[in-house]
Amino acid sequence: MNELLNKLLFLPEQASTFAERVDNLHYFVVSVTMLSSFVTGTAALYFFFRYRRRSDHQTTEYVIPSVKTEFLFVSLPLVFFLAWFVIGFRDFVFVQTPPKNAMDVYVMGKQWMWKFSYPEGPNGVNVLHVPANRPVRLLITSRDVLHSFFVPAFRIKMDAVPGRYTQTWFEATKPGTYQILCTEYCGLSHSKMLGEVVVLSEEEWDAWAKEQRKGSLQNRQDALADLSLEPEPARMADQGQKVAAEVGCFKCHTVNGEPHIGPTFQGMYGRTETLQDGTSLRVDEAYITQSMMDPGAHLVTGFPNVMPTFQGKLTGPQTAAIVEYIKTLRTPDIRTGASQGPVYEPIQ
Amino acid sequence: MSPSSSAEAVPGAVPAPDEHHEHHPSYLVDGTTVKSWLLTLDHKRIGVMYLIWVLLFFLIGGTYALVVRLELLTPGPTIIDAMTYNRAFTMHGVVMIFLFMIPAIPGAFGNFMLPLMLGAKDVAFPRLNLLSLYLLLIGAVIAIWGMINGGMDTGWTFYTPYSTHTTTTVAPILFGAFIIGFSSIATGLNFIVTTHTMRAPGITWFKMPLFVWAMYATACIQVLATPVLGLVLLLVVGEQLFHFGIFDPARGGDPVLFQHLFWFYSHPAVYIMVLPSFGVMSEIVAAFSRKNIFGYRAVAFSSLGIAFVGFFAWGHHMFVSGQSTFNAGVFAVLTMLVGVFTAIKVFNWVGTVYKGAVDFKTPFAYFCGFLYFTVFGGMTGVAFATASLDVPWHDTYFVVAHFHFIMVGATIMAFMAAIHYWFPKMFGKMYHEGWGLVSAALIILGFNATFIPQFLLGNAGMPRRYYEYPERFQTLNVASTAGASLLALGFIVSAIYLVYALVYGEKAAANPWNSKGYEWLTESPPPTHNFVGPQPIYTEEPHFYVDPQKAEEPHAV
Repeated sequence: MNELLNKLLFLPEQASTFAERVDNLHYFVVSVTMLSSFVTGTAALYFFFRYRRRSDHQTTEYVIPSVKTEFLFVSLPLVFFLAWFVIGFRDFVFVQTPPKNAMDVYVMGKQWMWKFSYPEGPNGVNVLHVPANRPVRLLITSRDVLHSFFVPAFRIKMDAVPGRYTQTWFEATKPGTYQILCTEYCGLSHSKMLGEVVVLSEEEWDAWAKEQRKGSLQNRQDALADLSLEPEPARMADQGQKVAAEVGCFKCHTVNGEPHIGPTFQGMYGRTETLQDGTSLRVDEAYITQSMMDPGAHLVTGFPNVMPTFQGKLTGPQTAAIVEYIKTLRTPDIRTGASQGPVYEPIQ
Repeated sequence: MSPSSSAEAVPGAVPAPDEHHEHHPSYLVDGTTVKSWLLTLDHKRIGVMYLIWVLLFFLIGGTYALVVRLELLTPGPTIIDAMTYNRAFTMHGVVMIFLFMIPAIPGAFGNFMLPLMLGAKDVAFPRLNLLSLYLLLIGAVIAIWGMINGGMDTGWTFYTPYSTHTTTTVAPILFGAFIIGFSSIATGLNFIVTTHTMRAPGITWFKMPLFVWAMYATACIQVLATPVLGLVLLLVVGEQLFHFGIFDPARGGDPVLFQHLFWFYSHPAVYIMVLPSFGVMSEIVAAFSRKNIFGYRAVAFSSLGIAFVGFFAWGHHMFVSGQSTFNAGVFAVLTMLVGVFTAIKVFNWVGTVYKGAVDFKTPFAYFCGFLYFTVFGGMTGVAFATASLDVPWHDTYFVVAHFHFIMVGATIMAFMAAIHYWFPKMFGKMYHEGWGLVSAALIILGFNATFIPQFLLGNAGMPRRYYEYPERFQTLNVASTAGASLLALGFIVSAIYLVYALVYGEKAAANPWNSKGYEWLTESPPPTHNFVGPQPIYTEEPHFYVDPQKAEEPHAV
């Protein structure tokens, strides 16, 4: 049944957990739409024929709807639409809420390519490698104009907005290669901004990750006396620390838990902060990014509004690196599993 | 088609005897100089001029549409390069929306019919009415000047930061749209005041024709929402020319703010386009079924309901823009309400046919097409509002197909129905019924053949605004282009027989449809001051076809 409807509606194959969920609702909605169009259309056709005009000056009865009819007219669509809403919103919450054990990948849209970087080090362009059956969270931004990250086979889509991070997630269900398209018009080569997701099985993924590590080892062969020593992988967080030092974050922010001019970075990620307007929020990637770009937007209680904006002073990757660095300073109880990913040789 | 004279069917309006005609010539021949047309304050002449201009704009927008469709015939480059393609789809959208769909029905038929339906001699502010026509033309000239000198490649949504970074000519086109906005506001204001103050004695609020109700609801949206568009367009121009930094993240701005401001106008603008068509269709279904509207008040109030909730639904354009999940839920529910109000109208239209006396003429053929486009287009709209389904569909061809079905399909059906229904009233001539039905069939079939494949393309995942596309999408694109050709053929056929009818058409009777719409209570075409002799007396609600001999208690079902 699923196969048949999938073909009839020209849907791409289902390659993520969300795809199955969203398609089931899709079938339901399409059936209701078709059925109600059919019923309305048939009723209308029957009336057109049954009540066709017999004479030029024919008069008609004065027919008005009873309260019962009016009630039916309102409640029938309302019930169906609310049913769609309830199922649809539940699924929407599902796709908007990455699981805690998701592996992170940073995605940056740029005219006209997709760049992917794993927290453990930068990766290439336009090809995203992920393991099957493991949730992957994408943290998406753009360095120029709006783009939108779309994988039809996964049924996921999220805009890439310059100046902020948006997020979405997926769990690929079967190994294979799936197309990435850009769905927000972004200029001349908008339609050429294609990429692919390569989903690897668990073994392939391990092998591939190991391969990356080996390459990394070979490159460092000369520098290392003892090959048995596993070199520390180049990590995005390390770069973040470097950048943070260069641009002067540590003049105001400590990393040892002591509050200074600004709040400490220690344990900041995931902490719930009370703001000066009395509200509170949980520190996530979006908040950290916003605080760099527009420091006065949400001030934490007890700290003056003295931070300058870093808008235009930090590139997309630098911002991502600082966010990743701050995330490493979290207290261990916030997330159950640390982000995992392959180890790469940085492209510098 | 045999137009039968039916003086007895129009109580109150006694067609003037022949010698009377010389003292009260029809508005068409009352002054024949160019100046008497260009500087006229007569709402009917202004309406006719609107009609001519919007038809020209429709031709321009339609030509762009065909260029776009032809380009998409093959996966790679077909007839134009990528930059030209990007400009073509942008201009298709800008021209069709700002110069055709928004002004078409209110400008042409609203202007012509509203005072007639209210028993008034003119609109409340005739000079403002003429000004709104010229504002539209000034805006159009500036925008078209911009199109010729560089063009714009942002899509009609002008999303920042692309629109402020592109090297194409954005400013004149946005400025043109800004001026067109004033035209829209002036028309809306005029209609609101006319409806409030110029109803003839006897026309109470609940005796107003439903077209007036629809125009009134539309006018409220025009007056309240258009200023927001004006503001946001100026901000974009300022951003591009003077680097304001309101939407540019590199200057501390927020690109998503633009989307909020833009859709705060542009979502209600969808109802500026479809509400008038709902009004036209309420008139037509009643006239050709010879029935009072089933659930008059429900249809009238649902227009106001759509106008009202239409303001609170804009966020459904931003489900995947990074807005909060909670926001998405709120906007999803509010959007559903629009669907409920539309469903009420649809059910009542079908109910109107029940126990009617259906005459299947060309306008009624368009009503059938309209009913189908509205149900299917409206249902896909609610499907979009279902937040999780929007995720894969957003910005794909499914969106293109959906809004062409509801916004364009409904508007075109109503526009064509209105031209045919009111043609004898406006020009005093009859068109050829047979050709009318043929072209209606061609247009409805062509429309389906164009846009049904696009629903499937959207399902398959083809993003919109694509110059080139992966090969697997080709079959459906070819089908869609073939459908577009059929659609174009339908319009060409109707253009030919309508122009023919204008010149050589049979002279129409005062009320060839035996309609009991209020606008038929005067001659066709009407004299300059709308009514000859004493004003008609409005004792019955519009479209009251009950035999007075057999008048009985309303029959409720």
